[in-house]
Amino acid sequence: MSDFPFLVAMIAVPAVGAAVVAALPRARDALARQVALGVGLLVLLLAVLAAVAFDTGGERFQLTTSVAWIPDFGVDFALGVDGIALVMLLLIGVLVPVVIGASWEEGARGPGEGAEERPMRYFFAWLLLLEACMVGVFAATDVFLFYVFFEAMLVPMYFLIGSFGGPRRQYAAVKFFLYSLVGGLVMLAAVIGLYVVSSSELGEGTFAFDALRQLDIDPGVQKLLFLGFFVAFAIKAPLVPLHTWLPDSAAEAPIGGAVLLVGVLDKVGTFGFLRYCLPLFPDASRFFAPLVLTLAVIGVLYAALLAMGQSDMKRLVAYTSISHFGFIALGIFAFTTEAATGAVLYMVNHGLATGLLFVVVGMLIARGGSRQIGDYGGVAAQAPKLAGVFLLAGLASLALPGTNSFVSEFLVLIGAFPERPVFTILATAGIVLAALYILLMYQRTMHGPARGVVAPPAGGGGPVDGGLPTAGEAEGAGEVTDAGEVAGAGATAVLTAPAATARRFPDLSARELAVVAPLAVLIVVLGVQPQFLLDIIEPAVTATLSDLGATR
Amino acid sequence: MIEAPDLSLAALAPLLFVFGAACVGVLVEAFAPREVRHPVQVAVALVGTVGGFAATLVLAGTRDLEAGGEVTAAWALAVDDAGLFLQATVAGLATLAVLLFAERGLDPARSAFVASAAVPAGSPRDRELVTSTRVQTEVYPLALFAVGGMMLFVTANDLLIMFVALEVLSLPLYLISGLARRRRLLSQEAAVKYFLLGAFASAFFLYGLALVYGATGTVRLGEIRTAVAGEGDDVLVVLGLALLIVGLLFKASVAPFHSWTPDVYQGAPTPVTAFMAACTKVAAFGAILRLLYVGFGTEEWTWRPLIYGVAIVSMVVGAVLGLTQTDLKRMLAYSSIAHAGFLLTGVLGLGAAGDGSGLAATMFYLLTYGLTTLGAFAVLTLVRDGDGEAGHLSQWAGLASRSPLTAAVMGLFLLALAGIPLTAGFTGKFAVFRAAIEQGAWPLVLVAVLASAVAAFFYLRVIVLMYFSPPAADGPTVGVPGVPTTLVLAVTAAATLALGIVPGAVLDLAEEAARFVG
Repeated sequence: MSDFPFLVAMIAVPAVGAAVVAALPRARDALARQVALGVGLLVLLLAVLAAVAFDTGGERFQLTTSVAWIPDFGVDFALGVDGIALVMLLLIGVLVPVVIGASWEEGARGPGEGAEERPMRYFFAWLLLLEACMVGVFAATDVFLFYVFFEAMLVPMYFLIGSFGGPRRQYAAVKFFLYSLVGGLVMLAAVIGLYVVSSSELGEGTFAFDALRQLDIDPGVQKLLFLGFFVAFAIKAPLVPLHTWLPDSAAEAPIGGAVLLVGVLDKVGTFGFLRYCLPLFPDASRFFAPLVLTLAVIGVLYAALLAMGQSDMKRLVAYTSISHFGFIALGIFAFTTEAATGAVLYMVNHGLATGLLFVVVGMLIARGGSRQIGDYGGVAAQAPKLAGVFLLAGLASLALPGTNSFVSEFLVLIGAFPERPVFTILATAGIVLAALYILLMYQRTMHGPARGVVAPPAGGGGPVDGGLPTAGEAEGAGEVTDAGEVAGAGATAVLTAPAATARRFPDLSARELAVVAPLAVLIVVLGVQPQFLLDIIEPAVTATLSDLGATR
Repeated sequence: MIEAPDLSLAALAPLLFVFGAACVGVLVEAFAPREVRHPVQVAVALVGTVGGFAATLVLAGTRDLEAGGEVTAAWALAVDDAGLFLQATVAGLATLAVLLFAERGLDPARSAFVASAAVPAGSPRDRELVTSTRVQTEVYPLALFAVGGMMLFVTANDLLIMFVALEVLSLPLYLISGLARRRRLLSQEAAVKYFLLGAFASAFFLYGLALVYGATGTVRLGEIRTAVAGEGDDVLVVLGLALLIVGLLFKASVAPFHSWTPDVYQGAPTPVTAFMAACTKVAAFGAILRLLYVGFGTEEWTWRPLIYGVAIVSMVVGAVLGLTQTDLKRMLAYSSIAHAGFLLTGVLGLGAAGDGSGLAATMFYLLTYGLTTLGAFAVLTLVRDGDGEAGHLSQWAGLASRSPLTAAVMGLFLLALAGIPLTAGFTGKFAVFRAAIEQGAWPLVLVAVLASAVAAFFYLRVIVLMYFSPPAADGPTVGVPGVPTTLVLAVTAAATLALGIVPGAVLDLAEEAARFVG
């Protein structure tokens, strides 16, 4: 069983699937999503089987495949997973089918723009290609191969944002691509530097991770190479002050793209810290740890404050992610097994919680046609299931005990405290802020009187509380709100639907329930019983930290 | 009594093929009836370039390579592995360029070249000729002479031969730059500019040659190396070397000797631009490599700082000025300047003991860049409006919805030029950067990666326009390419992908060919 090349299959299946979907004739556009969903589920199955075949007590890298690729550069097509990469592959496997389900109507009409044709098959083809690249990034055990997937990943995401995104998608797509490319190119210089160091030490240059981590690199050189990798990962993760591309990209990306962008793509940054920065450059990692921790804590607090100030729901969720990435970086650079294990678990949990939050926000936006929090109110009365899932996602995001994020956040903080008490205490304040930004958004959109794009319930149509204003009053209130919006912020006027288009909010459909159900279940299950993931993660984290020379 | 120099006809075969075909082309021009001239000229030109290409391959395959090459014609030519690789690259790219010349399906007037270059632009006779389907075929023998010059250039083992080759390749290029059928004044202006500045550069080269001869008493690269090693820092040598390099950098369109490039690239007929961008670059860098590695390899301290600085200037100028361009041909011209800087990064990868992967990396980069840029210019010939090619950026808006395949192919070339992995551009960039870092030039590589990021912006802008912008109301039409252009696009696109995904074989070839004799 474990001889089966799971990792190769997990790259090949979506890549071939992407080609098939893209080659569908225009008339069969609708078939694309069925094919894509099938491919997504197949990859999920492969990921689960790979996890079953993975021996938690076995070697560090398992399911390995290695074929010489470019002998002149010493590059191998080498794949393999440790526990950290494996849980990320599981996350990818879960999120992609969910995203495909959530994007079921994506081709039919994009948010904010009507006339333009957006062929569904291309959307799903880019999505599957992105999946292939993401699997490759986490599964590569050759630094060159990692770099290739790292950069190649940009292209599908670029087209997802640029072709299927919101009104400012061109700007967002280019900003996303350039930020990542700058980081990637700096890393390229460091990758080559690493190769040259290896060829001077070993006599023959190599990119194999296992050989590279045994090098004894001069501390000065280590610092330079560390910075090269670090910049790329810090842009990707993103750490303050390199984060400004994320809110733009996540806000303009289609919901499916945003989930994968924040849920998986950005994890490449934190994954890179753990996989490459710490084991390859131990001295430099220790040297720069205070700097990274400072950035991480600033990120936790600053992004949380910015999140509270957002009026655009997608941007708000993007900022919450930046805040959470601060926690992950804190866990990684505290150099304790507990904190780092917590950080890896956090990477998974954040993908699930924020993924669900993005999906639900997307469903809300699909109904209301606006991203502004101020355009919504009283949704809960009309769509109780939607509100319920929204609340669950929000609570998971703010790490309420009983949800998955609590376990990981707690592990990070408790693990980091003995080593870095000051940073940990400061970061703890982020938890309080998280409660504020999530609950404020929930309260404004879901409760109170119907307003903005939410049509007041028709007489007798729904359960009308005695406290609710009458229909006439509510309409008047809505007009006032809209007038205020238009006068106050001219720029958002485009997004603000006039009162005339206020519409009924149907509750979640069966499809939508099926989309959110897996994530909701996972959030609760992992909140109560995270042990099986921790069993996978912990040996890999211990091995990583032993490369670093940290004993605790 | 004068001894006849020993001539190895086998070693000269590639050159003989090309020059022979060029001479036949002149005769065809003189004696063949007008109706058959075009097909015959195309056939002759293809025989010349394909023959030259095949001859280099046969030569590389069959000749015993004990010494890595052979010096012939009284030490004037060094037909070595690297020389053959570069000759094959030039001949192969020239074949593709000739196919672009031969395209008759795109322009309503059946050719990209003016029917009669001597008719003044804008005159009544000229207006008559714009719509006539008469074609002009001198361009084929002229291009062949240029190709021959380039192939001679990369094997010249003697500064005088190098100069002769420089002139043989330049003069036909000056002429064919001025042969555009549309926007003739722009084309003629380009030709004159190119000629005047080119003449200047030739003068620099010649002056440098004289100084080096004065200092060392020889024009042969091998002997110069010995003489320079003995003498140390001779002012004459340093000055002469600087002037020689300036002459060559001009041809390679390296900033700050680049000012002709945007104008000439824009004005010249697009197939000619493609030819220049691909083949001239290979030839010029071939000569630079040979001059520096063979002639001055032991004195690398004299040229290393110069190349280092010029590489930075070229990358920065190309990337930054490329941002402001609104015409695609000018944008690709600045891109070529930036890429010249990346190529110089590879040139620096020569170790103190003559080791280092710089030669192999630079040759590989030349091949990948030549293929990609040729393909990109070939796509430009497809997108047309009533007044010829639609080169303005704004006209490319929404091209993907009008012609998905054209946009996809152009997108591929642009991503390759930007150096995105899994395209040839990335493999090439990786090779040259590695060569430079191996010699400790990592600050240069850092500048190079930042310049790549800046340059990526203008490549991306075209993709944004093609894919993410709504189509312009009165946009250009995308012509249906005939067989020749289709062939070129297929070959270049396939090669761009193949050299990105499975570059092993070609990298091996470049590695094995990375030997100079002389």
